[in-house]
Amino acid sequence: MYRYDEFDARFVAERTEQFRFQVERRLKGELSEDQFKPFRLMNGLYLQLHAYMLRIAVPYGTLSAPQLRMLAHIARKYDRGYGHFTTRQNLQFNWPKLKDVPDILAELATVEMHAIQTSGNCVRNVTSDHFAGADAEEVEDPRPVAELIRQWSSLHPEFSFLGRKFKIAVTASGHDRTALRYHDAGVEIVKNSDGRVGYRIYVGGGMGRTPYLSYVVAEFIEKPDLLAYLEAILRVFNESGRRDNIYKARIKILAHTLGVTAMRDRIEREFAEIKAAGTLEVPEKECARIEAYFAPPAFADLPETALPTGGALGDWVTSNTHPHRVRGYTIVTISLKPIGGVPGDASHEQLDGLAALLDDFSLGELRVSHEQNLVLPHVRIKDLPALHERLTALGLATPNAGLITDLICCPGLDYCDLANARSITIAQEISKRFADGARQHEIGDLKIKISGCVNACGHHHAGHIGILGVDKKGVEYYQLLIGGSAAEDASIGEILGPGFGEHEIADAVERVVDAYLKLRQPGERFLETSRRLGLEPFRTAAYGEQRDGAD
Amino acid sequence: MLTANRLIDGTVLYWRGGGWVETLGEADVFAEPQTADAALAAAKDFVTRNVVVNPYLFEVKDGRPVAEREIIRAAGPSVRRDLGKQADV
Repeated sequence: MYRYDEFDARFVAERTEQFRFQVERRLKGELSEDQFKPFRLMNGLYLQLHAYMLRIAVPYGTLSAPQLRMLAHIARKYDRGYGHFTTRQNLQFNWPKLKDVPDILAELATVEMHAIQTSGNCVRNVTSDHFAGADAEEVEDPRPVAELIRQWSSLHPEFSFLGRKFKIAVTASGHDRTALRYHDAGVEIVKNSDGRVGYRIYVGGGMGRTPYLSYVVAEFIEKPDLLAYLEAILRVFNESGRRDNIYKARIKILAHTLGVTAMRDRIEREFAEIKAAGTLEVPEKECARIEAYFAPPAFADLPETALPTGGALGDWVTSNTHPHRVRGYTIVTISLKPIGGVPGDASHEQLDGLAALLDDFSLGELRVSHEQNLVLPHVRIKDLPALHERLTALGLATPNAGLITDLICCPGLDYCDLANARSITIAQEISKRFADGARQHEIGDLKIKISGCVNACGHHHAGHIGILGVDKKGVEYYQLLIGGSAAEDASIGEILGPGFGEHEIADAVERVVDAYLKLRQPGERFLETSRRLGLEPFRTAAYGEQRDGAD
Repeated sequence: MLTANRLIDGTVLYWRGGGWVETLGEADVFAEPQTADAALAAAKDFVTRNVVVNPYLFEVKDGRPVAEREIIRAAGPSVRRDLGKQADV
């Protein structure tokens, strides 16, 4: 994985000391809250319902054992013993004290981590495929490109005060695991007809109160031109994006107001200027330097090995492993969705325990997925029984990856200052409702995504079944959406109708799922059935017994 | 009622008799809007002195917050009864 060079280390150390000075000035009263807020946000520090919240960047979702141990240490020493993995591959601590944050950042810097640009109106943490470097179908490992973008966008002088935040995802697989088309800009690594590797670029996706899928603005950008093209996109956004209304300030609004032709023309004009100047051509040498950090680990030459079957181990292997590109290896998803638990939470004991597993079972690497799970990318198939035993002891062997109880949700009103309704409690109720493993496998691939407000951190627009919490005169209600997808078949879910009460929503979800089981054709996933039949049968099922809704 | 967060650690605070307490049950309930507004004005002084941030008023009925948000804020996460103010009760 990538290691800081001298510049990176100095940059993070200086930034940590700079923030320490800003906190000292704030506590002495030399800075007002209005003056201090932009500084703390640029360092990932929010003030939430109960306390401050620190969001730590996990660039492209890759973590090492020392980094995991540091996160466990911070959870113990400065927080309440746990962390929360988010839908953008980051980790949040929910209880840090402002006075401790500079020390936390200093400790993070010792393992090459930070919280820079995890908030604020800037280019946010670059996300990528959590199976990168292991998936059999990828064109090439997308993480060197994500790292290149991270370096270019960190403290970029022109783009540190954008009209609104800007999120970039990078994928290299035909199976999109990054929610690419819901990002402000998406980079898909592709091969052209000559077999040359380059980039298909998407612009204008986003969730929030006005969801849009991005569209393609460039079918094939050559490797040396990537940063010039991204810079052109950001320039168009910076110059023409709205700043008068926070809800219309994302690039999705500009992109879909201008339309693809005008947007592409604007970007191409900027691109031509930047390219002519020649200042942003990506040096081959620098690419090679970064790529070297992501060189494949030393895989052993293993014989073809059958996956274990039968019993609890077999159930777990069926749902939580994915084919690896190297013979004898597999990719393991560690579900952070125990039945009835809090999606995405991990205790300091679990973080430490995982760190101990990495060298033994996964060539030293762990990944964070945007679906709030963890991934061991390089596991020998013959090690699966031993790994399963160790994960079971840590409470991390829930056999539900990709099934209905592998739902994602934001922190909601239990923690978040922006939320209108709780989301975790709804996730827990649904999880318990569908706890039976055989029933989960009968239902198959069904993604439920829950947000506690229109900001959509729980990706409700992209759920096969989405749930949006709303507030009606201080009371929580929940809208049901059907038909969304964040994958390569991306779509935006549609609202079924009036909202359900807190104690009605799980029943409504169950009725919708039961209707699907009756209506599906052989081999048809929930998403396909809903696309074939439309909303009506699910609306009928959902509202069959529901009485008192909220618009 | 009147609430804010303590600057140094973010702890939720409530207004009582010209100062701050940590539990909702000890806090002042303002029967009249004028009294509430006066308390809010007084709380601004604590903002200026960098003791608290973001003071605001919220509605209560029979001493209990009306909005779910304030019920959760006063207690702690409803999904972690071992955390927040509820853990000390």
